[in-house]
Amino acid sequence: MRDVGAPALMSFRDLTRRKSRPVPEAFGPPLRSNKRLKEILGRHYFLSRYVPGAKKVAWVTSGAPVELLRAFDFYTIYPENHSALVGAKKNGAEYCSIAESDGFSQDLCSYARIDLGHMLSGKSPAGKLPRPDLLFCSNNICQTVIYWYKTIAHELNIPLIHFDAPFVSTKQSEADVRYMAQQLLDMIPILEQVSGNVFYLNDFETILSRSQETSQTWGTILQTMRAKPAPMTIFDAFGHLAPIVSLRGLPVAHDYYNILLEELEERVALGIGAITEERYRLIWDNIAVWYKVRFLATFFAERKMNFVTATYTNAWAETTCHLDVKDPWSSMAKTYGQIILNNNLKHRMGLMRDMIKNFEVDGMVMHSTRSCKPYSVGQFDLRRALGAELNLPAVIIDADIADERVWSEQQIQTRLEAFCETLEDAAHV
Amino acid sequence: MSNALFAGVDVGSLSTDVVLIDSAGATRAEVVFPTGINGAEAAQKAYDLALEQGGISRDQIKAVIATGYGRAAVAFASGKTTEISCHGVGAHHLFPDTGTVIDIGGQDSKVIQVDGRGRMLDFSMNDKCAAGTGRFLEVMAAQLEMNLNELSDPRHVSGESVQISSTCTVFAESEVISLLAKHTPREQIINGLQRSIVNRIWSMVISIGIQGEITITGGVAKNKGLVTVLEEKLGMHLNVPDNPQTVGALGAAHIAQRGFKDE
Repeated sequence: MRDVGAPALMSFRDLTRRKSRPVPEAFGPPLRSNKRLKEILGRHYFLSRYVPGAKKVAWVTSGAPVELLRAFDFYTIYPENHSALVGAKKNGAEYCSIAESDGFSQDLCSYARIDLGHMLSGKSPAGKLPRPDLLFCSNNICQTVIYWYKTIAHELNIPLIHFDAPFVSTKQSEADVRYMAQQLLDMIPILEQVSGNVFYLNDFETILSRSQETSQTWGTILQTMRAKPAPMTIFDAFGHLAPIVSLRGLPVAHDYYNILLEELEERVALGIGAITEERYRLIWDNIAVWYKVRFLATFFAERKMNFVTATYTNAWAETTCHLDVKDPWSSMAKTYGQIILNNNLKHRMGLMRDMIKNFEVDGMVMHSTRSCKPYSVGQFDLRRALGAELNLPAVIIDADIADERVWSEQQIQTRLEAFCETLEDAAHV
Repeated sequence: MSNALFAGVDVGSLSTDVVLIDSAGATRAEVVFPTGINGAEAAQKAYDLALEQGGISRDQIKAVIATGYGRAAVAFASGKTTEISCHGVGAHHLFPDTGTVIDIGGQDSKVIQVDGRGRMLDFSMNDKCAAGTGRFLEVMAAQLEMNLNELSDPRHVSGESVQISSTCTVFAESEVISLLAKHTPREQIINGLQRSIVNRIWSMVISIGIQGEITITGGVAKNKGLVTVLEEKLGMHLNVPDNPQTVGALGAAHIAQRGFKDE
């Protein structure tokens, strides 16, 4: 789609925007790329208003093999990304309440409740989301998405494609790979019908290799945080994650990560850290607490502690090594079938052990989130096992990804402060 | 140095406690004061009372550590530490062989593992609901028309018991109401309540593991019935301080003294 006019219009919005808050002393200079990131995401949501009629729209889950959709030129919207945005704006509870008053349980994932709240009310901090022509979900991240997307499909009377990824209990079997590859092939005629576009293998291969390159660059970006001091915090990375999740396979994401990587490498070379003094290095487990990113970032930065790695941000770099343009179908099955939330606890333990060692981590903060059970189940065992094996101080906080009603600041602060005291005591022994 | 004194101020949800110690570690004053609606004011009043009680002038106090939920509101404190660390240090000071601390306060409960110097190694905390806390007992005592001392009587836990299945304070309260409506003897209900709290604490103890001696702190440690049931369940003797409520403040005072030495 041509975007003539959109950047110009968007620049008017800058005039009405509040001045950004000053950066607390504990932080290093902010990343230049932040501005570019905002432009990309702003443009993505802005253009989406004008998409209906020009392109077909698909709503997609974060772990779905989106590369296939890109071959049919769908304009993709990620409800999870949108819900995180609502959460970050501290509007999660409002949207959740809309879904709750329609009968959805408060125990349902807040991403789902916010999305359903959006669907029922039409509200969005992005102005308006385009009505989907197709829904595309995969249960490789959770089982909730199936029922959440089924609800939308029922409500809007649109087709839903579900990519079924068998859980990896021990090792991914050949049969599982064949089963998933066949599903992808079976989707082609449906996608042709819905989009009105023909499938060209050449185009698809280009998209796939671009997607692979982008994920690899994202992986390299995360690796720059092995440097001491780390050039960015994981809270920065939570923001810079958006393109790899929702614009994966598009040139804009590919180009953006090259810019970001260049900036980070420059910071490493110059010894510029994300926080002014990095005394302790931490690992984060689980999805971000979107409405408290700033609070958490400041809390730890003021204590000279920096999160240098996270299982969450790593998820979009972890399995892309399996992507292979020469064998697209099986390789996609391997990539999307083995992501962290579709893999067993032993795998997760090994992964975290490696991350803790490679990033020279001193402590671990686990966010046990009400919304994401597949991510939160097993944290107590992981904490105990990793803590004992690596003598690693750790803390678990109970919160939620986007429903701010679950947050209890005083109590979480006490837990985190106690954790910091343990960390400091451990360092003095 | 000999007349240097140190203060610990623990602003909890129900009470504000102040302990003053001298450089030898001996307690010189100890005050328990209701927190009420203004933690900052309660801290100031309790502190003044403690100074008065010990006949101590303000400039003799070399360092003040604030702890508890209202720790940030204590304007005269020289530092702050979480009550988790403070209970560890305080319990260690009273019972040097303590390896595990069970602290049951007004609005939360914790199990803390400490090393040979009273420093926290790990902790487990129930801060999401009032179940098994001082507030839970207050609510139940009101429903049973008793005061906390009567409720705490260890004789209630020796006989028959009813099952209180709900761990939520609000639901447990309705369970108690329906049991009373069925004319269930109050002793049996109390026994059931004490056991339900112990089960709640038990799961926290299990998650963190037991090491060394166990010391119980926080206001709820005064509940003799609960201590009896907990000892039964753990199969171990519990160290119960004379003033379990002020262990956090005592720990804070010791941390103040340690910090002063370090400087």
